[in-house]
Amino acid sequence: MNLSHALRCLRGVAVREALRFIGQRGRFFSALVRPLVWLFIFAAGFRSVLGISIIPPYETYILYEEYITPGLLGMIMLFNGMQSSLSMVYDREMGSMSVLLTTPLPRWYLLLCKLLAGVFVAVLQSCVFLAIAWFWDIRPPLAGYLAVLPALVCAGLMLGALGLLLSSLIKQLENFAGVMNFVIFPMFFASSALYPLWKMQESSLLLYWICTLNPFTHAVELIRFALYGKFSPLALVVVSLCTLAFLTAAVIGYDPARGFLPKKMSGAKP
Amino acid sequence: MAALSVDSVRYSYKQVDALRGVSLQVDSGRFVALLGANGAGKTTLFSIISGLYRAHSGSVSIMGHSLESETLKALAAIGVVFQKSTLDMDLTVLQNLRYAADLQGISRKDSRQRIDSSIELHNMQSYSTRKVGALSGGQKRRVELARALLHKPSLLLLDEPTVGLDLNSRQEFVSHVKSLCHSQQTGVLWATHLMEEVTTDDQIYLLNSGNIIADGTTASLLEKYQQPDVAALFNEVNKQYTDDRNVHGEPS
Repeated sequence: MNLSHALRCLRGVAVREALRFIGQRGRFFSALVRPLVWLFIFAAGFRSVLGISIIPPYETYILYEEYITPGLLGMIMLFNGMQSSLSMVYDREMGSMSVLLTTPLPRWYLLLCKLLAGVFVAVLQSCVFLAIAWFWDIRPPLAGYLAVLPALVCAGLMLGALGLLLSSLIKQLENFAGVMNFVIFPMFFASSALYPLWKMQESSLLLYWICTLNPFTHAVELIRFALYGKFSPLALVVVSLCTLAFLTAAVIGYDPARGFLPKKMSGAKP
Repeated sequence: MAALSVDSVRYSYKQVDALRGVSLQVDSGRFVALLGANGAGKTTLFSIISGLYRAHSGSVSIMGHSLESETLKALAAIGVVFQKSTLDMDLTVLQNLRYAADLQGISRKDSRQRIDSSIELHNMQSYSTRKVGALSGGQKRRVELARALLHKPSLLLLDEPTVGLDLNSRQEFVSHVKSLCHSQQTGVLWATHLMEEVTTDDQIYLLNSGNIIADGTTASLLEKYQQPDVAALFNEVNKQYTDDRNVHGEPS
């Protein structure tokens, strides 16, 4: 693989994603409104009901808004990952996926380009969200703003790779509602995004284990620790392994010899 | 030199055999038409040649590069116009072309020159900054063709590219591709079920139920089967094949 060709391809895919994103302003605002509603309304309501004890990475009592901010950053990455899955299925139905897949570069690299382009857009959204949250008195240490960037990229890669995998499994655009119900919501709610795990353990041990095994929990914890200038090795290991597993499965899914692609590509008829 | 060589390619969808040992060849600078009714296997064959599917047996080589073992070199030599429009409707013509240039690894400086000359060559000056979604069917097809030729491929694949176009646009598009084929020495494989797109000096392959049932220049086939035009030839060859199949059964 020629390096300059590979970089130009990555630029092309990233610019296309960015142009589409800018062109669809509604998508940008709706992607931001979702976590902001949770922050401004849900968190404000729950602040008085839910007490948060001092747990790492926090060194003092914090407001509930502060607790759920990393979870909401995770939410942005999760929805973006699923959005890129939706866009892959849409591209496949519209045929533009064929253009990408006939590019003379290895297929795993083409999928990685798609993944990186999606992560780039998601990280931009997260930065805007953090800037707005700053005015809402969510003010992590300055170093945290820098440290959170690689954590966001790692979380975005894992969730984007999951999105890629799902897009190789989803037959039609109409089936995407199922992804919402069976992937996004369970993943988000059965995690440490909204409540600390010890709270879960108090109410149900089974739920606690489900949350602990949920990769999204580790993505959120990676972001949470990084936002406060700390590092969670366990979270990084889980997120990295899951990224590798999801991406490998997605590459197999898109392999013309082994995957499911021929059954799903538009025009899959004699 | 053969721009494309397809040898005994087979492919099936579960129980349905879509291609049953298809062989064909496209020489550089030659316009070759692949004629077949809907469901004959044209799109499957195109999907295999463009690397989207992998043949269950047989081989494909493009400019001497095996699609199996030298996939990237083979893919670099082809330009494809798919049956369905594959342009990004939310982007302008220029943005679509830049995207294609990036995918093909063309440098910014080169891509600027190539896009400018391509816009001139395909007469797209009046709508190059418009969003593709706002263009007519014929204009979109021109953009797809320009995109497929941007990296100067040795082989151009067009899968029923004129479907949905009116008669004038169709004729204009066919003659445009033929002139490019001769001027740039690009081998062209043109799949269609529209007989009027084929002229007497074209090389044709007739595909029926995944089998090549006749091949040669249009003129030679018209003479061999004693038919007045391509439509009659198509019907006659298909009829003979069906009759033969009814008597001797499905070919293996």
